[in-house]
Amino acid sequence: MRTAFGATAAILLTVSTGWSEVVKPQDVTYVEGAVETSLSGAPGDPILGAEVMNKGAGNCIACHQVTALNHLPFHGEIGPMLDGVADRWTEAELRGIVANAKVMFEGSMMPSFYRTDGFIRLGDAYTGDAHGDGEVQPLLTAQQVEDVVAYLMTLKEE
Amino acid sequence: GLMPGIAVGDPDDDSLTINGEIAIVTEAAAPAHTENLDTIYSGWRFRTDETQAVQMDDFDNPGMIGVENAMVDWATADGAAGKSCADCHGAAENMAGVRAVYPKWNEEQGRVTTLEMEVNNCRENRMDAKKWKYTGGDMTDMIALISSVSRGMPVNVAIDGPAQSTWEQGKELYYTRTGQLELSCANCHEDSYGMMIRADHLSQGHINGFPTYRLKNTKLNSVHARFKGCVRDTRAHTYKPGSDEFIALELYVASRGNGLSVEGPSVRN
Ligand code: HEC
Ligand code: HEC
Ligand code: HEC
Repeated sequence: MRTAFGATAAILLTVSTGWSEVVKPQDVTYVEGAVETSLSGAPGDPILGAEVMNKGAGNCIACHQVTALNHLPFHGEIGPMLDGVADRWTEAELRGIVANAKVMFEGSMMPSFYRTDGFIRLGDAYTGDAHGDGEVQPLLTAQQVEDVVAYLMTLKEE
Repeated sequence: GLMPGIAVGDPDDDSLTINGEIAIVTEAAAPAHTENLDTIYSGWRFRTDETQAVQMDDFDNPGMIGVENAMVDWATADGAAGKSCADCHGAAENMAGVRAVYPKWNEEQGRVTTLEMEVNNCRENRMDAKKWKYTGGDMTDMIALISSVSRGMPVNVAIDGPAQSTWEQGKELYYTRTGQLELSCANCHEDSYGMMIRADHLSQGHINGFPTYRLKNTKLNSVHARFKGCVRDTRAHTYKPGSDEFIALELYVASRGNGLSVEGPSVRN
């Protein structure tokens, strides 16, 4: 009986994390640039993460080369090549870098993908107009960050 | 930054002579006030051979159509005073040297003015004509004409004396990281020139070639329109063409290219 009850409670908990445990951008805790737990409360999907790397979403390849994404045209070279990045960083570190690279790399040119405050002349996306009073959305959702981190974790060379 | 193994890519080694006779300086020692660069390069040096070739002969350069349009305006009376530019200034060639020193302190107005402001000042106050839109086609064509007669002359804007505070304001703007992407002009054009950002080969972002005919939008583009596009791409609220901010930024960016030749109308992608 006790075991059965325990199992039910565990299922309820898992279900509830799906919507209630998204960490808001302003509540993310960085420890030496790394973020330990999932921002969405759910695991990431590397296949969706590969799409986030492309234009229209994270546009990571505007600045990074990734051999595994060679079918996509025009990889930039502003940041390091990401091949083998999972050998260099832990999942928590990669989450921190994607969420706000400026914590890990002071003054980095890499945009903060999961931050919503502290901007100068914040615009309304790419319109050139002012943002207005509405709530600021981060460049990526919590789940997109998780997806892209899951994708980065597949980039191993060793 | 922490970018071991990534070196700043080089501009190419090509040299530019227009119509086989106007020699253009596309590489020069950086002026002392362009603090973080040793050598300055025209944006022409970062374009492909095909794009470069279009600028080498005025018959191929589509920007010269704008110059021809402006030559008509130059000689045509407009406004209540019944005067044309030519009535006061004579041949357009008399504007030789003017592009090279703008933006410039205007003693009468007590401020730094751009060429566009000077043209509109003549239109409104000397011709009694309607002013042109700052980045409009008539205006940009006229700036292309005024630039074309200075081609080959070194850019030499003054940054001291009464222009200094405007220059300082422009410098501040150049290094400010704007928008949700938090990128400054310097991030792209000083720290990363020579590198690819997606499909674009980043230049040092000089304005010696303006107006530029862009193959991408098939028209002549003014300095402030280009600034606006670059700021918009940082997901920022842009400044307006003709604003005090862009005037200051233009003076500062022009000064970074002191020593390069006037090239406008140039061709870019
Ligand atoms: C505008 C440029 C730019 C964009 C866009 C960008 N990055 Fe970066 N990224 C950098 C730079 C520059 C660095 C190097 C860190 C530093 O020194 O600032 C970096 C570093 C990294 C690193 C550490 C790499 C290593 O080997 O040490 C990872 C991982 C990374 N970026 C992932 C991403 C992902 C994922 C995205 C998109 C969601 C992205 N980047 C978008 C510029 C960018
Ligand atoms: C009624 C006379 C008159 C007319 C018409 C006129 N201008 Fe001017 N313009 C002047 C005077 C006077 C100045 C200030 C003194 C100077 O620099 O020649 C001036 C200055 C300028 C300057 C700044 C020159 C410099 O060396 O700093 C430009 C550029 C200019 N005019 C362009 C034009 C254009 C283009 C037109 C026609 C659309 C035009 N002007 C029409 C009289 C005129
Ligand atoms: C996100 C990157 C980025 C930022 C930030 C940026 N630019 Fe650009 N800029 C570009 C790209 C890409 C081009 C086209 C290729 C080239 O000429 O560099 C360009 C072109 C230009 C050109 C045309 C150069 C020529 O030879 O025709 C000028 C001028 C310029 N930028 C000025 C600026 C100024 C001033 C700022 C800041 C207000 C700025 N840019 C910010 C990416 C950027």
